[in-house]
Amino acid sequence: MAEITYRDALNQALVEEMERDESVFLLGEEVAEYDGAYKVSKGLLERFGDKRVVDTPISELGFTGLGVGAAMVGLRPVVEFMTFNFSFLAIDQLINSAAKMGSMSGGQVTAPMVLRGPSGAALQLGSQHSQACEAWYLHAPGLKVVTPGTPADAKGLLKTAIRDNDPVVFMESELLYNLKGEVPDGEEFLIPLGVADLKREGGDVSIITHGQMIHVALRAADQLAKKGLEADVLDLRSLRPLDVESILESVAKTNRAVCLEEGWSYGGVGAQVTSILMEEAFDDLDAPVLRVTQADVPMPYNKRLEAWAKPNVARLVEACEKVCYV
Amino acid sequence: MSELSKKTRKNSLDKEKMIELLKRMLLYRRFEEKAGESYAIGKIGGFCHLHIGQEAVAAGCIAPLRKEDYVIGTYREHTQALAKGVAPEAVMAELYGKAPGTSGGLGGSMHIFGSDVGFMGGHGIVGGQLALALGIAWGIHYRGGDQVCVCFLGDAAVNQGAFHESLNMAAIWNLPVIYAVENNAYGMGTKFSRVSETEMSQKSASHGVPARIIDGQDVVSTYTDFTEIVEEVRQGAGPQFVDVQCYRFKGHSMSDPVSGTYRSKKEVEDKTENADPITTLADQMFDSALLTPEELKEMDMEAREIIRRAEAFAESAPEPDTKSLYDNVYSEINPNGRLFFDGRVI
Repeated sequence: MAEITYRDALNQALVEEMERDESVFLLGEEVAEYDGAYKVSKGLLERFGDKRVVDTPISELGFTGLGVGAAMVGLRPVVEFMTFNFSFLAIDQLINSAAKMGSMSGGQVTAPMVLRGPSGAALQLGSQHSQACEAWYLHAPGLKVVTPGTPADAKGLLKTAIRDNDPVVFMESELLYNLKGEVPDGEEFLIPLGVADLKREGGDVSIITHGQMIHVALRAADQLAKKGLEADVLDLRSLRPLDVESILESVAKTNRAVCLEEGWSYGGVGAQVTSILMEEAFDDLDAPVLRVTQADVPMPYNKRLEAWAKPNVARLVEACEKVCYV
Repeated sequence: MSELSKKTRKNSLDKEKMIELLKRMLLYRRFEEKAGESYAIGKIGGFCHLHIGQEAVAAGCIAPLRKEDYVIGTYREHTQALAKGVAPEAVMAELYGKAPGTSGGLGGSMHIFGSDVGFMGGHGIVGGQLALALGIAWGIHYRGGDQVCVCFLGDAAVNQGAFHESLNMAAIWNLPVIYAVENNAYGMGTKFSRVSETEMSQKSASHGVPARIIDGQDVVSTYTDFTEIVEEVRQGAGPQFVDVQCYRFKGHSMSDPVSGTYRSKKEVEDKTENADPITTLADQMFDSALLTPEELKEMDMEAREIIRRAEAFAESAPEPDTKSLYDNVYSEINPNGRLFFDGRVI
């Protein structure tokens, strides 16, 4: 097992899958000659040539549609969005084409592809460049949504996503690209979609989260431990398919849950998880489920206000204490 | 259009090909008429956009293709699916929302697919299919094949961003795609000149994609011109833009009257009397003694019989099972995790 960055883990996944399967190709803005805006595709052009590592014009709708069309005839495109903020220019192709292709064609035509790039806020990038985009894509049956929070998850999940036969929205994070972590060796290191990972085992309260928020959750769990509360930190890893069993299992043990997410609360991931808990774990709950989210406003630029608007450790600790009635 | 028609008209087709094109158009016309009737009595639901008047486009642009070539279209695509080789029974059953329909009744009029014959679907968002065609052509280029992809669009789609993004990328990568505009002069009820300051050929030219204008009411010239274009693209000429000038005899969809608010009764009558692609070809053939009225009648009876059988098939076909709702939303059900959240157990 080697310690590598989240960025290199993604790069390895791309290299290995492109070596394994000639139908896999990467396209997007600055992915080839520039080595990727965040250097995830570093060295790929040299290795695979310009037919398989394709610089596109700044035309998200067009090149996403290109990806869907190529998938319709059997290729396995990996479409990179420089950030998911720009994916909204392509949302018609994601929702109306990719997500619906299998159903509206009666299974004749499918769109096996990966749409990847960073999502969520970095630092002081202002409202249009700082948003968690999961909820937009979770809403649509036909798409899968994956949000790795560690280098190992990034590699294992990206490899699985590329091999998956459905369109997978794969959300990375700008703040995680330099994060180092142990990543298992081997080209068959695959993490199945729909399997959550208990990143920390506690027993007093379940923190249910995903993506870069798992690091906020782990810090909060450290603080809670000092106060005598042990938290389960359940990393959902994939949001659709969703590992409902693991959520229920954790809550059956703790009887308390706090959902932590980077995005807005209204119609968000936590809203869905809370609804599942109401429907399927009502008798297990000893307290109302709480959510810790971004403030329900466009992200401000001002550093202090931005920090306030983001979900943070203090707010999560407070919510956990509240559901534990301490 | 008459000028263009004279310029491009070629009567070099042999009798056999002309008869094939005539039979095709008769089939498409009778299919669409039946669809219109069935819609009127509630057998077909939703939106239904008929191709009546534009049959020469489906016949003339698709007949030159090979089975392994691709066609992708808009929501006005019933006859194009037939032209590429999808069975009339399956298309009609899809319009009826029945289990043996092309999409098992889950697609409907706007989403007819026939992937086994290269018909890559009817798509309902104006312009969306242009980007998909780009990807299909990319797939051909990627594998080094010599197929072509024909993408139909309406005249109104040239104002969509997807048009410009797709033509630009098709040009920089020299992809084997033909963007064929079914230019019936109206985007729904809006005349093209009201929504575009430039001619559509200027738009394609600005992306380095050559434009040609062909007479889409005359199937012989449509077929002849399109055959030439397809062969050029097959030889590596790169993307082409074709303004196929045609006219829609019926409303935009079944809910739109044939004439009234945006085009006059006189205009529609003039076109239906003087520019019907079926009578145009039949008259040409009568004049050259290649066809008799009796033969035409016989062909028409044949077409009607095929459509009668298709309609009877659709009528008696079973409804899809409720369980089929979930069958193709995902290509497979993951062993882990939940994919559906509606709480229902089917």
